[in-house]
Amino acid sequence: MSMNESLQQDLIKDLLVESHEGLDRFDRELLALEQGQGGSERMNTIFRVIHTLKGTAGCLGLGKIEQTAHRGENLLSLLRDGKLTTSPEMITTLLALSDALRGMLRTLEATGNDGEADHSALLARLEQLQTANPVAAVPAAPAAFGLFDDEPAAPAPLAPAAPPVALAPVQPRPSLPAHDVAPAAESPVKSSVADSAIRVDIGQLDKVMNLVGELVLARNQIVANTTRFDQAALLTASQRLNIITTELQESVMKTRMQPIGNVWAKFPRVVRDVAHELGKKIRLVMDGQSTELDRTIIEAIKDPLTHIVRNSIDHGIESPEKRLAAGKPDEGLLSLRAYHEGGQVNIEIMDDGGGINLERVKAKAVAQNLITSEQAGRLTEREAINLIFLPGLSTAEKVSNVSGRGVGMDVVKTNIEKIGGSIDLSTQAGQGTTLKIKIPLTLAIIPALIVTSGGDRYAIPQVSLLELVRLEGTAAGQGIELLYGSPVYRLRGQLLPLAYLNEQFKVGKITGQSRDEVVNIIVLQADGRPFGLVVDEINDTEEIVVKPLGKQLKGLACFAGATIMGDGRVALILDVVGLAQHANVVAEARDRNVPEDKSRLTGSGDQKQALLLFNIGPDRRMAIPLALAARLEEFPVTKIERTGAQEVVQYRGQILPLIRVADHVAGSTTSSSAGGDTLQVVVYSENGRSVGLIVGRINDIVEEALTIQRKASARGILGSAVVQNKVTDLLDVPALIRSADPSFYISAA
Amino acid sequence: MSTSSQFCTFYVDGLFFGVDVLRVQEVIRYQEMTRVPLASEVVSGLINLRGQIVTAIDLRRRLVLSERPAGQLPMNVVVRTDDGAVSLLVDEIGDVLEVDESTFERPPGTLTGVARQLVRGVYKLKDRLLLIIDTQQTVDLHEKNGAALKKVS
Repeated sequence: MSMNESLQQDLIKDLLVESHEGLDRFDRELLALEQGQGGSERMNTIFRVIHTLKGTAGCLGLGKIEQTAHRGENLLSLLRDGKLTTSPEMITTLLALSDALRGMLRTLEATGNDGEADHSALLARLEQLQTANPVAAVPAAPAAFGLFDDEPAAPAPLAPAAPPVALAPVQPRPSLPAHDVAPAAESPVKSSVADSAIRVDIGQLDKVMNLVGELVLARNQIVANTTRFDQAALLTASQRLNIITTELQESVMKTRMQPIGNVWAKFPRVVRDVAHELGKKIRLVMDGQSTELDRTIIEAIKDPLTHIVRNSIDHGIESPEKRLAAGKPDEGLLSLRAYHEGGQVNIEIMDDGGGINLERVKAKAVAQNLITSEQAGRLTEREAINLIFLPGLSTAEKVSNVSGRGVGMDVVKTNIEKIGGSIDLSTQAGQGTTLKIKIPLTLAIIPALIVTSGGDRYAIPQVSLLELVRLEGTAAGQGIELLYGSPVYRLRGQLLPLAYLNEQFKVGKITGQSRDEVVNIIVLQADGRPFGLVVDEINDTEEIVVKPLGKQLKGLACFAGATIMGDGRVALILDVVGLAQHANVVAEARDRNVPEDKSRLTGSGDQKQALLLFNIGPDRRMAIPLALAARLEEFPVTKIERTGAQEVVQYRGQILPLIRVADHVAGSTTSSSAGGDTLQVVVYSENGRSVGLIVGRINDIVEEALTIQRKASARGILGSAVVQNKVTDLLDVPALIRSADPSFYISAA
Repeated sequence: MSTSSQFCTFYVDGLFFGVDVLRVQEVIRYQEMTRVPLASEVVSGLINLRGQIVTAIDLRRRLVLSERPAGQLPMNVVVRTDDGAVSLLVDEIGDVLEVDESTFERPPGTLTGVARQLVRGVYKLKDRLLLIIDTQQTVDLHEKNGAALKKVS
């Protein structure tokens, strides 16, 4: 490549970077102008963007860009000089101009020339507008303005009474309070800012960040080791190193931080375009755009946020007629708010539209076979809201250009969860919808709890941590109960499923199962459900640098990465969701998406009852009160013996008669004798006699207020109720035993 | 024939192996390792190589040889792969050898199992055989590459 060519390439690269920024600024300023925040300074900025682009493109021989920009410049100069006033139509055309220029720049980037796209219609429009709207309406407008004239009579502020121009569906809006519409509302940036900032390659910045991560680790090692020596000078130096490293880390992190406003900056345009297209009137209010986030996170939330905003406009906010009919102002309000809270960033997207029609959501979910109509009938409000996050559900009645293609909120949710965030939606019919997103500040360096288990240290990201429970002495021995072999702990009255890290990882001894030890339970949250992780020791919290694992270990869902501890050794970072799935402490996918709502139950006033849930046959769900189950056992089929016609097993030195529940419950089609080579048995005891009930599969233990919805019509069944959104038959244990073994109660008496 | 290649050589369970010297990033003595629960038994653990986390693969297990006697500390041969550095744990390090291409031979058909997949060929040295292993294949722990990948689940 010749010297000249490479120079040309460099210049084009500069032009691209500069012009994209410029055009973004152009859009922003133009929209602010439309909002009635005029000022000749703003008009100058707009003019300058196009003027510069024209000049640079001309120098580089990009005739097409130059020509298009030139045509725009002609119109803008008339506006700037006050010879024309802006109209919505003019704004639309100017936005189209910036789009056309962007398109050409993209072509330039891809192919090296400015393309063949035809913009003659746009050019003609620009031409035509130059004579369209003379400034006569504005009184006392001097014939010509100086370039930097700040005179209040500048024509730019939109007089609300400006003659409406044909084909303008969006009308000029009244002026808004300045803080409502930033970043546009900020006074025009002083040019000196450009001189005090330089552009840095992101790769370079990432490299610096990595090095700082290393330095943090080296610092941790030095600080951990120097305490062993008592040389004053060394200690002082290590203290200084400590402080400087912390400061350096913070500063470098800051360079990667970007205000969320960078993502939001395009929203005024998105809102305007989408609202325009749908014939809606929407005012966008943004608050907290200076809230800063790491750039990797900014990148990750860009698309989900845009999707949500488009959704709000399309589904949320109603048409002006509907709004007026509902007694609301015809202009809808879409508000974005961001703020820091507890080391996380909260983003709220709120609209004052019609809210989500939960009935329609349910109907859709049923129509798409995501749930049954019976389930739909029993869903609480929260459960129904959560349906929105199911894959494949779209409530749009027709697929529009904007949304309704069924790829939607589930993707948004997955993307946000991928970066360790969470999303929550609340809606009120007729009042609007609020989405609340919580995301971490950064992904590179995170606070974590360090624990020891089986002699190894593990790091648990602090975001999934709920609380720590320490059981000592007798509490350690008795606090943990076994439910069919699954350990649980009663945490403030709720059963908390437990997983022993040693057992899950097959390392070290199993703690907490002997009588007099200390048990450390880390209460974690996976997919919205709490579970307890039992570890040998809880060490400390520490800032850790997340490092990826090698490809050989990519298949392990239990680990999110690794980090290097103060002593230079490697510690694995636990992936809480992966671990919960590995330990089976979270329910299957469908249950997870529609979690039961505990608050509903407490509100109902009914007494809650612990229920043991099991299946007989592939799809029949049954429950008995947990109190009736003395123990839950598992026997190999080979252990079954017979006395006469009665199946029995030897159990704790006694003969335990067995009853196959499926054989004695009316309406059961499958015989429970089919199945694997182990039997799941619920042991029931009465007056010193025991009987084993063979069930298909033990599912869960839940605490619910039981309302029998349908009286029993079948033998052996007390009635049916809805448990965990599924219809469940309640087994009448005494009746069942009587029918199977009439002598059971008699001889016991 | 005058073409020759250089190999970094080492011993594993009495066998003499070599990897292309250009593939080797460095050779370091035994490092403390952090074991990885639930991982393939071939993975001995993770080592901290100047801030970089490197997976250590036990070549004895990878090549389905006998277990290293207790108390004998392995050496790390850190090799560059397409997916970053990986450490191969070996018993003892040998010299860097320059061998004549003419002494190369494809592995004999009698070589079976994992060795068949991992050993690219043999150099017939004067006093012994040098087995050349394919580093990329060695660090690829996908199921197709042998039975050594039982996961503890």
